[in-house]
Amino acid sequence: MRDPKWLKWVRIIGLGLLGLFTVTPIYVMITSSIKPLKDVQGDFHWIPTTITFSAFHDMWSTVPLAHYFVNSLIVSTIASVVSVVVAIFAAYAVSRFRFAGRRAFSITVLSTQMFPGILFLLPLFLIYVNLGSAIGVDLYASRTGLIITYLTFSLPFSIWMLVGYFDSIPVALDEAAKVDGSGPIGALIRVVIPAATPGIIAVLIYAFMSAWGEVLFASVMTDEASRTLAVGLQGYATQNNVYWNQIMAASLVVSIPVVAGFLLLQRYLVQGLTAGAVK
Amino acid sequence: MVVSATSRPGGGRGSGDPGRPPPPSGGRKGRIIPRLPVRLRRLGLPYLLILPALLLELLVHLIPMVIGIGMSFIKLTQLYIRNWSAAPSAGWSNYHLAVDFNAPVGRALLHSFLVTVAFTLITVALSWFFGMAGAVLMQGEFRGRGVLRALFLVPYALPVYAGVITWSFLLQRDSGLVNHVLVDQLHLFGDKPFWLIGQNSFASIVVVSLWRWWPFAFLVLMAGLQNIPRDLYEASAIDGAGWMRQLRSVTLPMLRPVNQVLVLVLFLWTFNDFNTPYVLFGKTAPQEADLISIHIYQSSFVTWNFGTGSAMSVLLLLFLLLVTAIYLLITSRRRSDA
Repeated sequence: MRDPKWLKWVRIIGLGLLGLFTVTPIYVMITSSIKPLKDVQGDFHWIPTTITFSAFHDMWSTVPLAHYFVNSLIVSTIASVVSVVVAIFAAYAVSRFRFAGRRAFSITVLSTQMFPGILFLLPLFLIYVNLGSAIGVDLYASRTGLIITYLTFSLPFSIWMLVGYFDSIPVALDEAAKVDGSGPIGALIRVVIPAATPGIIAVLIYAFMSAWGEVLFASVMTDEASRTLAVGLQGYATQNNVYWNQIMAASLVVSIPVVAGFLLLQRYLVQGLTAGAVK
Repeated sequence: MVVSATSRPGGGRGSGDPGRPPPPSGGRKGRIIPRLPVRLRRLGLPYLLILPALLLELLVHLIPMVIGIGMSFIKLTQLYIRNWSAAPSAGWSNYHLAVDFNAPVGRALLHSFLVTVAFTLITVALSWFFGMAGAVLMQGEFRGRGVLRALFLVPYALPVYAGVITWSFLLQRDSGLVNHVLVDQLHLFGDKPFWLIGQNSFASIVVVSLWRWWPFAFLVLMAGLQNIPRDLYEASAIDGAGWMRQLRSVTLPMLRPVNQVLVLVLFLWTFNDFNTPYVLFGKTAPQEADLISIHIYQSSFVTWNFGTGSAMSVLLLLFLLLVTAIYLLITSRRRSDA
């Protein structure tokens, strides 16, 4: 495709505007985190006049940020790993077997994507409270309850994307493994999973990000002990003061793990989407 | 593994072959006994594989949904929340309350619904347009392409509360960047406007959602563009098609299946979005940006009226199901015509 000359200018202007729109809040987040409190409470200035790193120090004591951080890390890691394992099995069944109820299963799983979260928030809350007292495991306000909830949230998208990915892997490869004496599970572990690694990584990123960023259930289903960053970050706004510089510093710090992970692995996400979902 | 390895008469032909049913029963008489458990295992295996996913979906989505529908038929107020099985039946009264547009509750719900429809249509259209523009302009090789691509994806990668809380700082009346640029630098307004309350809040929530969602459209469309075979462009170039013509006759038609799914997903996610307005406005959204999920949350948790809240959620679900069904019907027919 030979590009006309005007396209160069459209490209520069178009991408420039998109870049400006994207980057401005990020710029403000970074620069405000190194301003002293009185500078973020007064008139806005593009360039910080006084630079201080005190917000990065103070933010740990204004709210128990480290505690929230650990909670988020535990919940998101376990939820995303378990979700991916469950999704691999389900996607393998849907991709490689013809069984009664296969279509019904796919449709049910996908349609849960359109449920408004608010519809099952309160029922789930009641189930957790009652189930907890029935089996003696506290699900409400516990990390376990949050893990179970979150891993289900990313499941539909993960299964859908992995089915697409698995479908793109030739069945002949499975057959070859079976000739070598593997059963269907052997073929899954030895052939399909290695061939689908980019897709699996993509799904893992997605599951981790969605657990790390969820707000609605975290705000209802947690107490002080199990609180995650999504809710904990609101603690910087007190009755008398909003510590904008600390909010920005904390936002920056809690974003770095996911953004760095995402950017490092984004090519897998694009590959995964290319091979699977968008086909 | 031993059993399945010794009793596979058809060689590689087995349950792993899509499109073909499990091998029919029968064969020589002597083999029936050892084969039966294998057949059972083969038939059972896919169910075993989907079982964990199914159980989780049941526990977190399907059973709560059924309970939620049940809750919409009872008078579940603060009095009964500890012992909700004792709550009196409400019949259809929760629904009557929700759709009685002459009464305050129904009118507020209708208002919130219309605001959400407008918000969703604008946000999805702009997100798609921005994503499409970004993806098409990123085609080809140029300096800084990789960096720019990574940069565009940052809002999507940022946790929603971190990104949106930054926007709420930008939109502060006295200390925010938006007023600094619009009033102090460009002098567009005489007095600094409020962005998080009052009529401007609708524009604010659209811009913030757009900022969050367009990178997702960009990501999906970029992946979709990579799947278009190069020869199509070469062939059309030989036929004398210019850049615009190729965009119209090659790129857009080839992206149609991608767009079909992308627009639907964007629509559902934006319509149901709770996180963005909740972080931007807090528990009570301003009238002008009273999105439906916040509205229902408030009707349930702030006024402690869970029965009515559930009825509203059920109505919302029905609406979304209807829209999705119609959408899929129309777009699928267009696809098979093409």
